[in-house]
Amino acid sequence: MANFFLDNSDLKHHLHHPLMEKLVALRERNYSDAEKYDYAPFNFEDAMDSYEKVLEIAGEISGEIVAANAEDVDHEGPHVVDGHVVYAKGTQKNLDALVKAGLMGISMPRRYNGLNFSLVPYIMAADMVSRADAGFVNIWGLQDCAETIYEFASEEQKQKYLPRVCAGETMAMDLTEPDAGSDLQAVMLKATYSETDGCWYLNGVKRFITNGDGHIALVLARSEEGTKDGRGLSMFIYDRNDGGVTVRRIENKMGIKGSPTCELVFKNAKAELCGSRKLGLIKYVMALMNGARLGIAAQSVGVSEAAYREAIAYARDRKQFGQAIIEFPAVYEMISLMKAKLDASRSLLYETTRFVDMYKTYEDIAKERSLEPEERAEMKAYQKLADAFTPMAKGMSSEFCNQNAYDCVQVHGGSGFMKDYACERIYRDARITSIYEGTTQLQVVAAIRHVTTGTYLHQIEAYEAASIAPELEPLRDRLKAMKEAYVKAVEAVTATKDNEYIDFQARRMVEMAGHVIMGHLLLADTTRNESFRHSAEVYINFGEAEVAKHAAFIAHSTPEMMADYRK
Amino acid sequence: MSLKIVVLAKQVPDTRNVGKDAMKEDGTINRAALPAIFNPEDLNALEQALQLKEQNPGSTITLLTMGPPRAAEIIREGLFRGADGGIVLTDRAFAGADTLATSYALSCAVRKIKDFDIILGGRQAIDGDTAQVGPQVAEKLGIPQVTYAEQILKIENGKATVKRRLERGVETVVVPLPAVITVNGSADECRPRNAKLIQRYKYAKTPSEKQGLSEECLKLYEERPALNLYEWSVNDVDADLDQVGLAGSPTKVKAVQNVVFQAKESKQLTAADSEIEELVKELIANHTIG
Repeated sequence: MANFFLDNSDLKHHLHHPLMEKLVALRERNYSDAEKYDYAPFNFEDAMDSYEKVLEIAGEISGEIVAANAEDVDHEGPHVVDGHVVYAKGTQKNLDALVKAGLMGISMPRRYNGLNFSLVPYIMAADMVSRADAGFVNIWGLQDCAETIYEFASEEQKQKYLPRVCAGETMAMDLTEPDAGSDLQAVMLKATYSETDGCWYLNGVKRFITNGDGHIALVLARSEEGTKDGRGLSMFIYDRNDGGVTVRRIENKMGIKGSPTCELVFKNAKAELCGSRKLGLIKYVMALMNGARLGIAAQSVGVSEAAYREAIAYARDRKQFGQAIIEFPAVYEMISLMKAKLDASRSLLYETTRFVDMYKTYEDIAKERSLEPEERAEMKAYQKLADAFTPMAKGMSSEFCNQNAYDCVQVHGGSGFMKDYACERIYRDARITSIYEGTTQLQVVAAIRHVTTGTYLHQIEAYEAASIAPELEPLRDRLKAMKEAYVKAVEAVTATKDNEYIDFQARRMVEMAGHVIMGHLLLADTTRNESFRHSAEVYINFGEAEVAKHAAFIAHSTPEMMADYRK
Repeated sequence: MSLKIVVLAKQVPDTRNVGKDAMKEDGTINRAALPAIFNPEDLNALEQALQLKEQNPGSTITLLTMGPPRAAEIIREGLFRGADGGIVLTDRAFAGADTLATSYALSCAVRKIKDFDIILGGRQAIDGDTAQVGPQVAEKLGIPQVTYAEQILKIENGKATVKRRLERGVETVVVPLPAVITVNGSADECRPRNAKLIQRYKYAKTPSEKQGLSEECLKLYEERPALNLYEWSVNDVDADLDQVGLAGSPTKVKAVQNVVFQAKESKQLTAADSEIEELVKELIANHTIG
């Protein structure tokens, strides 16, 4: 009888972050919905109580249903019947349970039948579902495509599609094609407007589309004939009820095998334009991707949690040389570092989620009334932080997730290499997190300008000024020294004014900032909750060495040495 | 057609994972050591009711339970899954009831509800395992009963078609309504609690749970009548005092034995046929197998 919310007190800790009082009041417009809806909260305490109760439901379904089905789903996988996807039996059961529990459209407003929850509990549910089955979370988590419809579609479209998502219809985002992966400007799928029918038709092929046979899809297509770049692309909504799209095949993947990755053929598929023409890539996909990246960060943290739990359980159970292997320094160091990376990436995940939620909520309020000057300033500040933290959270947590999955197998020794233990599946599932929705390398591309423009540094200084438990000061002093090393490295690299060289060193600099930021977040966590102390100590030991390593590399580099790598 | 469905449910100690302290010295259940849960097969019954409600728009589900005031917890559990309201049959005079007295009390309550098409309940409760209460309620109300139901296939022209799971097969029967149907554990599992419903009904309370609330809080119950759960006493259901509780229970528990399984050291065998044969004989002799 596992409940993934109740068995993990760290989640409650993050749910009850001090910023929540303000965030929830904004989300709930000072709790004015309580007059109209009998399931809306009266006040902050009531809202938080509801969040907890609903997360308990999500935790129960994750622990008892999704986790229990994960192994069978991994073996069975989805298949294609008559051009459409049939999920593995367990996948369908998982989905039915979550739909019946009303856990779709969690963050949608109540007028579209959503729960109007903050993004924090939504991401927390994704964290738990991912721990249960990393492949399944993709199908369920694509509900955040609804955010894009909510933000950019017409009122008529919102009324048509959003209640359907809240009632359990699944979604897909059809972006990539055989020749347009990381480079979406190369998208070729053709959108033609028929004057006679008064609607758009889509023709072409999409590839690597997660849940490609979902009920409602957002499709990126070329609406401007003769164009070749991103400015010729628009966003469309395809409704499976209209037909015109068939699934040609499902990819045979290394991991997340329950999640159908489809190749789609569009043959005169009727579609509706979403938002304005030509803004498909430059505006809407960017918004869509930011939401999806936060989702992958949550997935990464959930998989890290699963890896950590499998590893520690095995290490306590497995005896060699007359004792449990967790008694050996080589093993207990590995396990505590796994926990530290897990805790650090989870703290970063929820910090980022709050930033995103704050600015999105202000943005939404701005549609109803004009913001006060201080509100507008706050929105801008959070938007900047969200932009800076999203690629960092996705990049760092997915790398940590892979490292934890690797160590999980390592702790299992020879048994870990066999198909008998869950760690083998976790290892395969983890691998995609640092690849899709933008590889780690592309997250660095998005993050680097916040290194050069000082967004990270500015936020680090804010953390340095925050009050923490006095006994943590020595640890904070070490973080300050790490920041000095970071500043010095950034100055040395940017002083060259050589863009290729900045790109060359970018990942090192982003990681240095990441270690310092996560160190500060863990100190804040420890101040609120003593149970994080070990992770704070262990993480800062680890991060300090990483920062020193990168600092040494940068100190000994020059733009000229790139020649050795360029060949 | 819309149906008026009554679901009989019981709050039971969770006997599925019992520890050493599950029983007191005197052989009675140590309720403090066992969490109180919604009887599992009653949840199967509730799921059948919810499916009927989905198939027959306008239907309502009323949960009826007998027990101490805290049994209101399972009424809320039902509301969180889609039931419409509930009644706790609670009175000191009901205490100590065997199945006869229980079914009498429940049938009195059902008579008071008066307007019903189907009464659903679990096959049996995991604390008593008698499977008697459902059938006895049907007898007392003078209506037909279907036991071991796995699925209610359809409701048409005032008749229910029900699939029964029997020991060696499946039987499909048609029963005129109103009827009592008791549901097997092999039926569909009950759906999870629903996010919206848990928010809507989390403050639902019985009169005794409302005691001590401020005027301000009580206003909520006037504004939202659905949050009022009901408590009925012996008088409320016009029950005969001699037929309820201990007084109305001919069954007396004479003695209860606490059986404690003790783990023994493991036994090593070689793969020799003779040793395996010896083991099989031993297991048959001590009734482990055979």
